[in-house]
Amino acid sequence: MELVLAIAIGALYAAGIYLILRRSIAKLIIGLALLSHGANLLIFTAAGLERGRPPLIPEGQTEAAMPIADPLPQALILTAIVIGFSVLAFALVLFLRAFQTVGGDDLDDMRTTDT
Amino acid sequence: MLLVILVIFAVAPAAPWIHRAAPRLSGWLLAVVPAGATVYLLAQIPEVAAGNAVTAAYPWAPGMGLTLSFYLDGLSLLFGLLITGIGALVVAYTGAYLKDHPRAGWFQAYILLFMGSMLGVVLSGNLLSLFVFWELTSLTSYLLIGFDHERAAARESAWQALLVTAAGGLALLAGLVLMGVVAGTYDLETLLASEDVFREHGLYVPILLLVLIGAFTKSAQWPFHFWLPNAMEAPTPASAYLHSSTMVKAGIYLLARFNPMLGGTDLWFWLLTGFGAATMALGACMALPQNYLKRLLAYTTISALGALTMLIGMGTELALKTAMVFLLVHALYKGALFLVAGSIDHETGEKDITRLGGLRAHLPITFAAAALAALSMAGIPPFFGFMGKELMYEAVTGDVAEGAILGGLALLTNILMVTVAGLLVLRPFLGARQSTPKELHEAPVAMWLGPALLGGLGLFIGLFPGFTAANLIAPAASALLAAPVEVELVLWHGVNLPLLLSVLTLAGGAAIYWLRDGLGRLTAPLAPLTNLGPERGYELTLAGVLGFSAWQTRTLQNGYLRRYMLITVLTTIILAGGTFVTRFAGLDSIVLSEVRFYEGVLAALILLSAVFAVWTSSRLAAVAAIGVVGYAMAIIFLIYGAPDLAMTQFVIETLTVILFVLVFYHLSRFAVYAGRATQFRDAVVAITIGVLMTVFAFVATQIQFHDSIHEFFAERSLPDAHGRNFVNVILVDFRSLDTLAEIAVLAVAGLGAYSLLRLRPKRKKGS
Repeated sequence: MELVLAIAIGALYAAGIYLILRRSIAKLIIGLALLSHGANLLIFTAAGLERGRPPLIPEGQTEAAMPIADPLPQALILTAIVIGFSVLAFALVLFLRAFQTVGGDDLDDMRTTDT
Repeated sequence: MLLVILVIFAVAPAAPWIHRAAPRLSGWLLAVVPAGATVYLLAQIPEVAAGNAVTAAYPWAPGMGLTLSFYLDGLSLLFGLLITGIGALVVAYTGAYLKDHPRAGWFQAYILLFMGSMLGVVLSGNLLSLFVFWELTSLTSYLLIGFDHERAAARESAWQALLVTAAGGLALLAGLVLMGVVAGTYDLETLLASEDVFREHGLYVPILLLVLIGAFTKSAQWPFHFWLPNAMEAPTPASAYLHSSTMVKAGIYLLARFNPMLGGTDLWFWLLTGFGAATMALGACMALPQNYLKRLLAYTTISALGALTMLIGMGTELALKTAMVFLLVHALYKGALFLVAGSIDHETGEKDITRLGGLRAHLPITFAAAALAALSMAGIPPFFGFMGKELMYEAVTGDVAEGAILGGLALLTNILMVTVAGLLVLRPFLGARQSTPKELHEAPVAMWLGPALLGGLGLFIGLFPGFTAANLIAPAASALLAAPVEVELVLWHGVNLPLLLSVLTLAGGAAIYWLRDGLGRLTAPLAPLTNLGPERGYELTLAGVLGFSAWQTRTLQNGYLRRYMLITVLTTIILAGGTFVTRFAGLDSIVLSEVRFYEGVLAALILLSAVFAVWTSSRLAAVAAIGVVGYAMAIIFLIYGAPDLAMTQFVIETLTVILFVLVFYHLSRFAVYAGRATQFRDAVVAITIGVLMTVFAFVATQIQFHDSIHEFFAERSLPDAHGRNFVNVILVDFRSLDTLAEIAVLAVAGLGAYSLLRLRPKRKKGS
């Protein structure tokens, strides 16, 4: 499974980087979304996979039944998902405003501060 | 000693106010400060002449072994007296010279700042504080040269002087740090006491070269000499003070100071005498054709600095003593002549010696002062300059193997010095009166006092050398030799080689004085050659650096986001990929978990969606593809024991897709801007990074550098944080500050998005 997920991560990175290198901002933002998915999956996979053992203590017991999935990368990814979303939302709104002002989504039209 | 420097630094910022309050008296008032410092230093003479160094240390950063320490021995004292003594005269002189200048107070402030810094250089007992003061002198020199900043020439000269001396300063810093590393201390006293740590060390050559670059740039040695004549753009008091008698001698001070530690080797001898003698002769030759008073003086200053460097490089006891004598001789006559040049310019409005003449009747006192200084410069007995010249001949023709060459160069230089001394005094003061832009009258007291005093001292010391020799020269020479020496100065040595050379010098000088115009016509065709000098190199280097910087800014910072991204990604590929290829040793064993069918389908879905998002030209289809990736990842999280992640991912992904659709709904299909070649290039880059990330991700699953700390959370969560879900406990308890920051990011992004949506800029007409 590790190899399969590694390939998926590679695909997400490749697609994300390719889209970020485009001149169209719309594609750039989609690339950003794919890239953050790739990063999250990378952290998750690199931490080691543990099928069906969530890191929690079942009700009525005092200890978790080892082995469990590593909770630390999960906490990191949780933070990353939320922050990724807020960056994405901001980028989208910024793009919307820029699109309305410039009248297009070509980054080359936005190299000066004048519109 | 700290107090002396601090008082000077403290008075400097007050100078503009003092000047405003008492514009007529400010020169005299401010001169009290350096005069007081002079008295303080004079009071140290008995102690220093007895062979003791006066020291003072104040802890600065004790943890780093840094102390602000001061060290006053014979060498420091001689330099210190020149700085404060000439400084007092210059400050008083400036009061009259810049009487009507609107920023005269600021000029005085810069002069005082420089004085404090320069005093710091020669009194520092620590290599690092010496360097700090050293750089401060470069900065104040920059301010003074560029004082008339309305003129482009002044700005350029100031900039040039700063670049040359600061570049040398960087080399010096490197050299000083190496010295500190080798010796294990930056303390001057300790370094002087433990002599022979450097000469045998492997780093001796780099240390010596770096220190010499610092000293040579500061003291205008060939090929770094060109900034000094240009520095004549400064108002004359600054030229007299910084660029003849003090700052340019900082390099000489450094060489003299380090002579006991670094001197005495063959390399030292060849570099110092070689560059020194070349500078001495070239400076004198370049001085000859100059017609402007200050430039004439500047080139003779270069020549004198070369002579000092040469003498220190020779390293014999006689040469070092001569260096100290000549230092004092030169400071006295050159300071006086510069101030006279300033007076002439001030009173007549004319700087060109060919357009001056017959001033003696109108400026009698200035003429007398100039004559005294020039006689010392020409080396006429019984002036102090005569002793300096005799000693120099004795030193260079003495027990040095290269005596014939050095002697010849010294003879040439001194002959030209006689000529120049004549040019400086005979041309403007004697002969027929020429019309000048201004009405003529004698300079005010403040402006003839300095030159008269300095010129008079040249005669006085020549007549009564005993006190100076025993109390100033001998202690200074002792510091250079690191052993007590006696110095006796006498005018009459009997008929010997130096005396014959002196006679030859005077005769030659007089001859060249009469032949100068003819020589000028002969050498006129050679004038274009001066364009090939080191200054041309400086200009080319500067233009090259500026051109390169403009080019790399245009190339790297060109305003195209994708170019920045491309460079970033390529750098990552090269650095990370390169490191991986060269360092990765392979895996010992590979452990893989099984792939269940539906998991394989999820991974394939992610891969295909990613490719589809790139390929499609429909915006909404691309958004749908992102949604598929997100949901597939959520399910993977669910399978591999991360229900919290899965829930968050479901919610956020849904929100993301809604937001995307809301924004993209209004837009048309994707535009394709790039050509085939660009698409292909980007695809290659993207696939490379994809492959790289695949390899990294896979290797990362197989290597565990540290034990996971999840057992800590498993143990402590319930008893410490009363939580059963470890992820939640980490977020709200163990790493709660991270979560707070995360919420802050969310809030800021939300605020930003909200205000962007509310923002309704006025549309321009027609858009």
